[in-house]
Amino acid sequence: MGKILLKNIENSNSADINEYLKIGGYKSLIKAFEMQPKDIIGEIRESGLRGRGGAGFPTAMKWSFAFADTKFPKYLICNADEGEPGTFKDRPILEKNPHLLIEGMVISGYAIGAEHGYVYLRGEYPYAKEVLNKAIAQAYEKNYLGDNILGENIKFHLTVYQGAGAYICGEETALIESLEGKRGQPRSKPPFPVNVGAWAMPTIINNVETLSNIPYIISVGGAGYSKIGARECTGPKLYSVSGCVEKPGVYELPMGTILRDIIFNYAGGIKSGKKLKAVFPGGISTPVLPADNIDCPMDFISMPRFGSMLGSGAVIVMDESVCMVKVAYRALKFFEHESCGKCTPCREGTDWLRKILERIECGKGREGDIELLSEVVDIMYGRCFCPLGDSAAGLVMSMIKHFRNEFEEHIRDKKCKNQK
Amino acid sequence: MFNETVLKEIDEIKGRYPDFRSALLPALYVAQREFGWLSHEAMSYVARTLNLPEAMVRGTASFYSMFKHKEAGRHLIQLCTNVSCMILGAERLVDFLRTKYGMEPDNTTQDGRFSLVIMECIGACGTAPAMLVNTDFYDNLTEGKIEEILDKYK
Ligand SMILES: Cc1cc2nc3c(=O)[nH]c(=O)nc-3n(C[C@H](O)[C@H](O)[C@H](O)COP(=O)(O)O)c2cc1C
Ligand code: FES
Repeated sequence: MGKILLKNIENSNSADINEYLKIGGYKSLIKAFEMQPKDIIGEIRESGLRGRGGAGFPTAMKWSFAFADTKFPKYLICNADEGEPGTFKDRPILEKNPHLLIEGMVISGYAIGAEHGYVYLRGEYPYAKEVLNKAIAQAYEKNYLGDNILGENIKFHLTVYQGAGAYICGEETALIESLEGKRGQPRSKPPFPVNVGAWAMPTIINNVETLSNIPYIISVGGAGYSKIGARECTGPKLYSVSGCVEKPGVYELPMGTILRDIIFNYAGGIKSGKKLKAVFPGGISTPVLPADNIDCPMDFISMPRFGSMLGSGAVIVMDESVCMVKVAYRALKFFEHESCGKCTPCREGTDWLRKILERIECGKGREGDIELLSEVVDIMYGRCFCPLGDSAAGLVMSMIKHFRNEFEEHIRDKKCKNQK
Repeated sequence: MFNETVLKEIDEIKGRYPDFRSALLPALYVAQREFGWLSHEAMSYVARTLNLPEAMVRGTASFYSMFKHKEAGRHLIQLCTNVSCMILGAERLVDFLRTKYGMEPDNTTQDGRFSLVIMECIGACGTAPAMLVNTDFYDNLTEGKIEEILDKYK
């Protein structure tokens, strides 16, 4: 499979519109404008594209809900909050291939009938903001954005909105709250954003990577696209690989590539000849997998069968020297800090889990702490307002399931043997 | 209060959104740029400029970790210690900043040169450990490299 999403990024000037045009950029836009919006959605349906933000929801289905809604105006939002720890896959698109995203957004806007798009960009990406704003200005200049795009009676405007350091704002309804100038707390669903979204209007929210697939789908057609990847999970996928591997980085591979292959083949295996211990396959919000359970196809449908999820495709690799209690403690510190405080199970549960894990890690663990952790997890699981709390509970649950002996050892020996 | 140019800038931002309240986060960023941090006074300027209740402005600002509620040093160091950075030694780097420069998380050094904030993942996990100094990105950090980098920030 040739590169689709990361095409041309070795070119140091790849973010410039002229370089993008040289490799056939904006041709899909011209083609899309010759199609009817419903036919574009038809191609997307045929392509089998699923959202890359974490949940894997079929993109065409989401679009057709917004398309069918008769309220106007409609809005298109690109989720560029990329906050899931371990994830850095949207960054190369934003920094090196911004026109691919812009082209994808103009086509998507045309398809669902939105005339204004917003890129919700995380605050911690100042360079991406600069590149994106420059690219948007160039696109306006060349008339790929504006009131009469390419002389047609088609309008699309694009604005970058900078987040301010809150992980929860990656959740789509919290994102909308934030875009409206409020605290980023999730809304209850239904109503779903496709009907009542930003400023109470029909709104499509898609991840950066999802939208960046659109130009290629239009160019080769839905059927052509669906030949890439796995049967029910098609297309190319960006995997961010980090941690104890020889060659960390973002790898563009067919959806459904085997996790073992990603770690040992593409990322060069474990650093310094050490042994693999555990992997988060899709960021720390996805349950941890032990070393003997990594022959799984990395796609949305297969991963649950192996006890985890694809999430954002952020593969965090841990070798034998990494202490699992410490990882769990650090992860819970994150979830506690990022819990928005709206619902009790998440707000209190993450605090409890962090406190118990902290004392176990520091050698102050008590008999019965593992049972206490399990009890808190049980109370949280399925009772949180949004998936953040469930992810925190799921992480602890998977850690205890696979590495219970390490927790017991910490409590018994009253120390972490990795601590100096 | 804000000067004319800033007021114009905020006015222009308001025009980008169907509802002016969306200008709140961008306006807080502007205030932070102008004053270095968000004092109660700065937030009340934002409230007046956008015609929003002060409580609403403060309640919103306090939700987001990139808005600073105390005066920061001349240079803001944001070091990530989340999982990918942690397993590659980020905590050692915190100790190094502590012993070598006298930095403490969420504090400013006595000479006002550096403020240190411990960050959650900043999207540089593939080149961990990583940090931002003001708006400059640095990765593949080691003690030696940090020393070299910080020499540039007086
Ligand atoms: C706590 C939480 C954080 C999330 N963070 C992100 C994020 O940073 N980027 C993203 O694209 N989606 C994120 N999502 C998923 C979004 O809610 C939403 O499903 C996604 O943006 C939809 O786009 P897609 O259909 O293209 O995947 C997050 C969800 C949750 C619950
Ligand atoms: S974990 Fe440190 S940058 Fe991602």
